[in-house]
Amino acid sequence: MAAAPHASGSLATGWRSLAVPLMLPTWLVIGTFLLVPVVLMGVYSVLTKDFRGGVVWEFSLAAYDQFFVTRGLFGDEPPQIEWTYIAIFWRSIWQAALATLLCLLIGFPTAWFIATRSPRHRALWVFLITVPYWVNLLIRTVSLRFLLRDQGPLNEGLLAIGVIDAPLRIINTDVAVQLGLFYSYLPFMVLPIYAAVERYNFALSEAARDLYAGPWTTLREIVLPVVKPGIVAGCILVFVPSLGAFLAPDLLGGAKTYMIGSLIDEQFRGSMGNWPFGGAVAMILMSLVLLVLLWQARAAGRGRR
Amino acid sequence: MRQAIGIDRVVKRYGAFEALKGVSLSIADNEFFTLLGPSGCGKTTLLRTIAGFEDVTAGEIALYGENIAALPPEKRPVNTVFQQYALFPHMTVRDNVGFGLRMQGVAPAERRARAAEMLELVHLSDFADRLPTQLSGGQQQRVALARALAPRPRVLLLDEPLSALDLKLRQAMRVELKQLQETTGITFVFVTHDQEEALAMSDRIAVMSNGQVQQVGDPRTIYEAPVNRFVADFIGETNVLPVMVDAVADGRARITLPGGHVLTTDAVEGLAPGAHHVSIRPERLSLATADADLTARVERVIYLGTDLQLLARLADGTPIITRLQNSSRNELPAAGAEVGLTVEAGAARLLLD
Repeated sequence: MAAAPHASGSLATGWRSLAVPLMLPTWLVIGTFLLVPVVLMGVYSVLTKDFRGGVVWEFSLAAYDQFFVTRGLFGDEPPQIEWTYIAIFWRSIWQAALATLLCLLIGFPTAWFIATRSPRHRALWVFLITVPYWVNLLIRTVSLRFLLRDQGPLNEGLLAIGVIDAPLRIINTDVAVQLGLFYSYLPFMVLPIYAAVERYNFALSEAARDLYAGPWTTLREIVLPVVKPGIVAGCILVFVPSLGAFLAPDLLGGAKTYMIGSLIDEQFRGSMGNWPFGGAVAMILMSLVLLVLLWQARAAGRGRR
Repeated sequence: MRQAIGIDRVVKRYGAFEALKGVSLSIADNEFFTLLGPSGCGKTTLLRTIAGFEDVTAGEIALYGENIAALPPEKRPVNTVFQQYALFPHMTVRDNVGFGLRMQGVAPAERRARAAEMLELVHLSDFADRLPTQLSGGQQQRVALARALAPRPRVLLLDEPLSALDLKLRQAMRVELKQLQETTGITFVFVTHDQEEALAMSDRIAVMSNGQVQQVGDPRTIYEAPVNRFVADFIGETNVLPVMVDAVADGRARITLPGGHVLTTDAVEGLAPGAHHVSIRPERLSLATADADLTARVERVIYLGTDLQLLARLADGTPIITRLQNSSRNELPAAGAEVGLTVEAGAARLLLD
């Protein structure tokens, strides 16, 4: 008995001396692949653009100025707020929010269905949910384009059975972008909610029903609050990548459905690009996402008290 | 005696498995009624059909004369204390206790007062603002009790509520539960597999096995006059001996014990002469001073403090247990010795089947 504290103490100090070498790989990976690129973008965003793409190493806030302020076509008018990019942001936020909502509405019942199967079937359903991920996102989005186009299988099929008289205009609209985002990110909603519902103690629902709550009240008062961490995680996992998505808007949307992802992507393409501006847009987008996450973390902290 | 719950030929089937095989019971108003049986006997299923969590395949359940078998749980004026408590983790103790009242539309001020009153009843007034995870198992148990009692149900259902507690706490809660039932005057239906718990608290006990009720009676009847081998075996410790019933007359039966000694004891209804079994409780046997009813060879003497347990075997190999009070007057037989045992008058209970 007397030796025990000493033994555990020496074990703890032993581990502590190993902490730095053991953590080193993690730090290296995070530093190289996470921090360096972000810092690089931040630095690029305050440099001067070069005409052939790339940057000139000279400090400038021109990129941020271009984002927020307009001085007319020839730059000789009094400065006014530039709405073009803010509108793109606003549309992106709106699209991402809508995609998140759609994923939630479909994802929650799906996750609920899976979590309430027998353990053996649960594994099968989760496996099936991940099957589309074996194929590259680009390929899947191109296939979706093929499926939705005017002479695609969907329209041809609907025409053949006489549901519609003329092909539905889906491709190059907001609807197509929505479908693309929804399809791309649905599993990110399903899996965290599934994990939360699987842990949910169904005796809680019985207790609520026993205490005179109807089925819908039970869902609202007991189930949703208890599985809320899973729902919040799912919403963040869908909203954040939707906000910066460029494949779906690029391939499925048209000129009118331009989103932030495409805007950034364009700035780094060939000699027409504007690296500092691309960097600035990326920085503004990142700040926005961080604000959302901070707000969520504060809300979660308040919930736990 | 007013009937609180009438269960009439209730059958519950899950596919091919029959969990309840036509159970009929009548539970009286203000009664502490216990469903006792081994796991898988159908006692919890029966409780869940009363609560409304399971629908019945056939049969009727009446609550104060009204058939409730088709009502969903939220429409039944009964509340449940769950085995693992099932407290709402995102609500404070006060909100947990007030939940049923809120669902019934009780005004906030009265709700608060009633919740406070319930928490006082279970001695948890100082914990109203805590979350369930910040309480010990025993405290959570009390919150579950307060939550189920707050809406003043006509019947309280308890599903093995003490099984998650340690022994000391369990024994204390037994007394408290019984007192609570007496002060509130609510009908309690209590499910347990612990026969000691059932004997200590119940007004009446229904012993269940295999989806059927084996016997209903007060603790004393269940213990002292078990109707069949299952009940005799399940409740407490007993010796089941094969006997020959020679004659039955005027409610008495003459039986021959193994070894040839003849006794007279109470007959049971439907008993015919022939081979049967009797149950004899170990504490109703004693060392014979003169003429022995049974002769056995001692295998082991176990010292239990207040009692001594004598493990022995009859000549035909049937094991027989005797419990002797630990007193200085007892002269203890040694292992291997042959002893004579006396059966206390009326202690040999004839069993059907």
